[in-house]
Amino acid sequence: MSPLSRRDFLTAGVAAGAGLVIGFYLPHGSSAANAFAPNAYLKITPDGKITIVVARSEMGQGVRTSLPMILAEELEADWKQITIEQAGASTLYGDQTTGGSASVRTTWDPMRKAGAAAREMLISAAALEWGVPRSGCKAENSAVVHAASSRRLTYGQLASKAGAQPIPNDVPLKQAKDYQIVGKPLPRLDVPSKVDGKAEFGIDFRLSGMKYALLARCPVNGGKVSSFDDKESKRISGVAFVGKISDSAVAVVAESVWSAMEGRRVLNVQWDEGPNKDFDSAAMLSSLKKSASSKAVTLYSTGDVSKASGQRIAAEYQLPLMAHAAMEPGNCTAQFRGSSCELWAPTQVPQDVRDSVAQAIGLDPDQVKVNVTLMGGGFGRRLEHDYGVEAALVSKAANAPVKVLWTREDDMRNSTYRPASYHQLSALVDGQGWPVAFSHRIVAPSISGQKGLPTPNGIDPDLPDEAALIYSLPSALLEYVMTETPVPLGWMRSVYALQAGFASESFIDELAAAAKKDPLEYRMHLLSKDEDIKFFDTVWHTARMRGVLQLAAEKAGWGKPLPAGHYQGIACFGCFSTYMAEVVEISMEGDRPHIHRVVAVMDCGQVVNPNILEQQIKGGVIYALTNALRAQITIEKGRVVQGNFDDYAPIRMNEAPLIEAYSVPSTEAPTGAGEPPVPPLAPALCNAIFAATKKRIRALPILS
Amino acid sequence: MAAITLRINGSERKVDVAPETPLLWVLRDTLELTGTKFGCGAGLCGACTVHADGAPVRSCSTPVSQAATKNITTIEGLTTNGLHPLQLAWIEEQVPQCGYCQTGQIMAAAALLAKNPRPSDDQITQAMSGNLCRCGTYDRIRRAIHRAAGTGGSE
Repeated sequence: MSPLSRRDFLTAGVAAGAGLVIGFYLPHGSSAANAFAPNAYLKITPDGKITIVVARSEMGQGVRTSLPMILAEELEADWKQITIEQAGASTLYGDQTTGGSASVRTTWDPMRKAGAAAREMLISAAALEWGVPRSGCKAENSAVVHAASSRRLTYGQLASKAGAQPIPNDVPLKQAKDYQIVGKPLPRLDVPSKVDGKAEFGIDFRLSGMKYALLARCPVNGGKVSSFDDKESKRISGVAFVGKISDSAVAVVAESVWSAMEGRRVLNVQWDEGPNKDFDSAAMLSSLKKSASSKAVTLYSTGDVSKASGQRIAAEYQLPLMAHAAMEPGNCTAQFRGSSCELWAPTQVPQDVRDSVAQAIGLDPDQVKVNVTLMGGGFGRRLEHDYGVEAALVSKAANAPVKVLWTREDDMRNSTYRPASYHQLSALVDGQGWPVAFSHRIVAPSISGQKGLPTPNGIDPDLPDEAALIYSLPSALLEYVMTETPVPLGWMRSVYALQAGFASESFIDELAAAAKKDPLEYRMHLLSKDEDIKFFDTVWHTARMRGVLQLAAEKAGWGKPLPAGHYQGIACFGCFSTYMAEVVEISMEGDRPHIHRVVAVMDCGQVVNPNILEQQIKGGVIYALTNALRAQITIEKGRVVQGNFDDYAPIRMNEAPLIEAYSVPSTEAPTGAGEPPVPPLAPALCNAIFAATKKRIRALPILS
Repeated sequence: MAAITLRINGSERKVDVAPETPLLWVLRDTLELTGTKFGCGAGLCGACTVHADGAPVRSCSTPVSQAATKNITTIEGLTTNGLHPLQLAWIEEQVPQCGYCQTGQIMAAAALLAKNPRPSDDQITQAMSGNLCRCGTYDRIRRAIHRAAGTGGSE
């Protein structure tokens, strides 16, 4: 998801008795008056409490800690005094979508400026109070000090006066060398509540009189309810309501989850399975390949591949449908009250939930309130509004506050899947095996296109963030063929970068092997020239990619003797403006790889919190390992085959390798962190398998 | 429906539920102990792990009628006073990301340490591989268990 272009505005004021309230807001049809709303970004109360509002959703990636750190740094706040408040869907914060590894990179500037403006106003208030020049005053540790007279006023003491100060323009921002908070491995604020059971996830939220609902959905996407018989369901103790809530779903509402489950189990629904009843995912993969000869659009072109000559090497790659499978199954709680509706949603898109719910139940968006709960993982699945819309529809139909809950099987079989893709790669190489032309044609349906979102020039809008080819090449052509599929599609961690990276970085390895060159040296040669490579709006620097490769190779001991039977593979890829390289070390046990060690190196510019970054890198590697080894959704006769963690089996501790995570020191503006660790893993692993077996894996999953 | 008396976290709790109801839903919906999580409903992920007479069990796959004869401990009752050494270690090692599976992880680890106060890496792997984490926190889980056990670790 591309971040929107955004301007930030600063404004401030004193809410009655509340002290200093500073907000920046990103106007999406919001008026200036909104900035005085109580849910601005920063509130300092006379008791010294500093509240920072987090307007992105916490799904494990640490935004409830990392985003406040950015503001607190410029504020010169004492971190121990910080508490956070989660924003629900609002008009004050611009696009609140949590995705595209964008939370830190898009709030870095506005959060810093908001903190800095507040700091300057607090300093002004203190200077005025003491009748001394501002220049003699300094902010530190949630206080302003006047060194010459050894006077000190805390932010709490200054709160009400600071609000009356003019809003400064062009606030000075701190230099990285002066950072006290940013760059420190501070403990996450949410961890204590996540070890004692007190953390409240969407599934845990409850309302007085709340009922629970499970939905019977057509097992075939696009099918409809023909008729249903609820006689047996209503015999189940605790079942309160059974009703059709949409063309394709019947809800069973009960006093407890178990009653709803039992009620749904015995519900008899006749389905009109619709146009996809014979859909087969194997046939879909074959048709993707056929579509490769359809008209393509150019994503990137340099030199002229049609004029190059050399020995031709070609290969094709293929990736399957995958499911996010977050640990917390889908759910949402809704209370419809006639002319309003309130939701408690574990969602990455509170504003989309608000708008979609409003449309579904016939209200205006401002009649719908969306509270954002903690999420037990998101990985992109919670970029969809379906859970929220269902909850609102059921609450309205049953006339009660309702929690809609999905079972694991519901989640696996009614998801929005990572699209399957097919890739044609070819290169022309010179006498020494170096590419003079490199072509990659990506064939995949558009996630945005399927959802009716814009696809300018026939290009899926995610590809610009996720498909860059970061090598110096005499000529290169990157193309995209947009296909269509009835399979519901969604954005899954790293989105198309997983596919693009797997195909591209495996193929580079093929070229290195064909040239009989070391895969690291081969890549380094293609990066040896300092070059800026512009891919859509992002300018990539070969030097930074070289940096992550070099560090990964060094830390992994690339080229050094390995234990007997051990082999290494390497890959690098850039997405969401971040550079990543990984080295995977394996041994083979029969035809299965045993993964011993993964060294992962990231250059994401300034690191906000190394503790959280390490989690993101290591977690991304584990997530990617599941994708590479086993993750595959197949569809037969219109029905998703996989249902639970037995046939869609994520990596467990017994398969988890030793992972070492490193970041390249940098004071560049921060870029994405959640998704970039994912793409290099599968190619690095398959390249290691090639090193061990000379067998090239060109289709995922590896263990299919 | 049947009146069933449970012994949860040291207290007797009377519930009136269908005897085949999984213990998980009685804990969550009836007793409002929501620290125990629903992940798969099939004993595959361990998010619902509680202790029955000290042994780790999957509450999603344990009928409440079977739980009635046991002492059940949930994350809310893991200690009667303050935090368990594992919970402290979980904070020290900063284990959780989304945190959803972590209460189940801690219950599985607590059952391990109760039986084997100084587990080896292999024993930790053995005991913990039934518990899934999609955020990929496995290495910090291992470190936290070693920390709580005072066994350092192999890394």
